[in-house]
Amino acid sequence: MSRNALRRLAALAALACVGFFASSAAADSIENYRTVSDQRLQSPEPENWLMIRRTYNGWGYSPLSQINRDNVKNLVPVWLFSTGVTEGHESPPIVNNGVMFISTPQAQVIALDAKSGKELWRYRKQLPEDLFQLHPTNRGVALYGDRVYVTTTDAHLIALEAKTGKVAWDRTVSDYKSGYYMTCAPLIVKGKVIVGTSGGEYGVRGFVAAFDAANGEPLWKTFTIPGTGEPGNETWPGDSWKHGGAPAWMTGNYDPQLNLVYWGTGNPGPWPPNVRKGDNLYATSVLAIDPETGKIKAYHQYQWNDAWDWDEVRAPLIIDIDKGGQVVKELVHSGRDGYLWQFERRSDKISYLSAQPFVYQNVFTNLDPETGRPQYDSRRIFSSTSSASFCPSLWGGDDWALEAYSPKTGYLYIPVNENLCSKLEGKLGPYEAGQLFIGADISKNLAYVREGADHIGELQAWDLKNNRKVWTHVFPKSQNFGGILATGGNVIFMGGTNDRMFRAFDAETGDVLWEQPTNSGVVAPPAAYEVDGVEYIAVQSGWGVDPQRVQDIFNKDYPQYRGVVPQGGVVWAFALRK
Amino acid sequence: MSVPLDHLRNSRGQAASACAARALLSAARTLSRRALLKAAVCAGLALNLTDAVRADDVDVRAMRPEVGDVLVFANEATPRKMIRVPDLPVGGAPVFAWPMDPRTGIVRDGTRLNRLLVLRLDPAKLSAVTRAHAADGVVAYSAVCTHEGCPVTEWLSQQRVLQCPCHGSQYDPADVANVVKGPTLYRLANLPLRKVDGALVVAGKFIGRLGAQGA
Ligand code: FES
Repeated sequence: MSRNALRRLAALAALACVGFFASSAAADSIENYRTVSDQRLQSPEPENWLMIRRTYNGWGYSPLSQINRDNVKNLVPVWLFSTGVTEGHESPPIVNNGVMFISTPQAQVIALDAKSGKELWRYRKQLPEDLFQLHPTNRGVALYGDRVYVTTTDAHLIALEAKTGKVAWDRTVSDYKSGYYMTCAPLIVKGKVIVGTSGGEYGVRGFVAAFDAANGEPLWKTFTIPGTGEPGNETWPGDSWKHGGAPAWMTGNYDPQLNLVYWGTGNPGPWPPNVRKGDNLYATSVLAIDPETGKIKAYHQYQWNDAWDWDEVRAPLIIDIDKGGQVVKELVHSGRDGYLWQFERRSDKISYLSAQPFVYQNVFTNLDPETGRPQYDSRRIFSSTSSASFCPSLWGGDDWALEAYSPKTGYLYIPVNENLCSKLEGKLGPYEAGQLFIGADISKNLAYVREGADHIGELQAWDLKNNRKVWTHVFPKSQNFGGILATGGNVIFMGGTNDRMFRAFDAETGDVLWEQPTNSGVVAPPAAYEVDGVEYIAVQSGWGVDPQRVQDIFNKDYPQYRGVVPQGGVVWAFALRK
Repeated sequence: MSVPLDHLRNSRGQAASACAARALLSAARTLSRRALLKAAVCAGLALNLTDAVRADDVDVRAMRPEVGDVLVFANEATPRKMIRVPDLPVGGAPVFAWPMDPRTGIVRDGTRLNRLLVLRLDPAKLSAVTRAHAADGVVAYSAVCTHEGCPVTEWLSQQRVLQCPCHGSQYDPADVANVVKGPTLYRLANLPLRKVDGALVVAGKFIGRLGAQGA
């Protein structure tokens, strides 16, 4: 067969794929679908959950209060829905006027009747057979106009028609064969679909990019590592910037007043810091990006020349805090580095205010009082030819699990792993496109439990006004990887543990008010919404990826934390018993 | 079809000898795999053919190994040097390899499912089935873990097992890469080999399931 014939065959096959595999098992078109406007994204109705954290400020807070701390004990499941796939289900239900959209691993988006759980349509993409990543998941869809936007692990950005699930456009954002992939929920700002890339363990060069919501045309692409001649490139020796990681694998938050998007970045690569001596801008940082142009207006780097795989990809929460009668416009971030960071946000600056550890941390010896720049204990830094132990572990004090803020209590709620530490040993091979480029021996246990520890998982509440921790709920037998929902009913909802539980806590005291064992483990953030006057709490239960990896270590070496968590995703919707 | 002869180098990076070049050219004209292979082998050549045929051969590069393909080192730091049996010490750590069509010089690196682990074991220690698919004790397996698809990179020389770094699955290369330890339930796919004038040549299609099977 000639090469041309082969190409023709491949083209036909590709067309066939679009026809048969990128399919939407559509029921009828959804009627009365409510268009999502910029205005609705900026101030969503209380009954809706229109984006990953509900609001641009990243709070994960619903003002609904029909379900509250007095009656939450009467919460019962009203419907369940099997997603049909395994692995970590990490996306929240996104709800628009009674229509729920969920995304799952395997590049699947499902539209459901939020009241009954009835399937309205389902989109599935055929992923390449040779695709491989360390995080086969998806963290949520975005809504805009009459469309639903989702990223995929083969590095595509796809727009679906919200009423039918039909593909409106499908854009290749990057080459998955070079190690790029995407799991983040897109952020929509004034008609631009903004996404960030994963792939920090494959030697990619991270970026954040924007596409036209109407047609998928690329608008801008901002690398998280400056190229030759750009300021910051000098913080990377030689060509190390080309494969320096700094991915941007979670969704940014947006301040409409300053018109700035705040996007977190991940670890520099490969992990041993001696092979990329320098600060390694803008790895492990928060970037303030102009959504019109993609220009970086300001940044703060949490840790320079990171040696601990501490991605700081969760964007800081945008909170105005009354401090002694003066309102401070803040950014607040519970770091993977185990510090709770607070900054002042301005149009051209991110100014350090304070930071304090919320878990045992033995790496930072002190922070510069002006800038927050840490000094390190050199014994905690491994290299390509040596090993080092450090706390918290590479999964951090708070890994990717989403924290929440309640304006009612003024508390920040953080899902925490305490007493978990790591030992890394250098083992560096050459860079090869699409192959793991980590530089540490990952066949060894990547975490260990600190001696004398009596628990791992915690849920913490911090009073941001007074900068103090107000309560801690301890999980004596489990890690905690649960994203958090705070509600106007003064209830905190979270799963995250290896006992399959989904729980409600008193937002003021941390007392457990209600719990429900689920099919699997809950690692996704929950959401609250209302249809026809009834408030629902919904969440996906589907264990996998990071908490599973930690569980593997426990099951091998730590009987106290042993647990079997079956896999398989199910959406749960709860309401008060009638 | 073109074989870019100016890309041929021997293992020390020098240009191919005129004799070998002529042999290769004639082999290329007649599309004779064996003749091309022979010419390459006689000159101890490193076949660095990929640049010239690269981008527009994506489909061919992603095709599964064919009978008659040779194996080349996968390490990008070295040129695409053909692997010969003496390159592999008995009991040594495995090397990564790609299949290459010797007629066209196209390396089948268009999909990671073609990535191979190649190692040489004492033929006396191989199971009968494995020996039948080995060339002088050299065996080739898919380098993609059947659990969740991580690259299998570790070699535990004491136990003589291959180990996946991601969740620790272990495989016995002396016995069709059977699973020594989970979580995976499936062995690595085996690529049958034979020896032709010292070179490793693919003798059959993959045996076993390729890629992540879950567990
Ligand atoms: S991917 Fe190899 S053991 Fe899990």
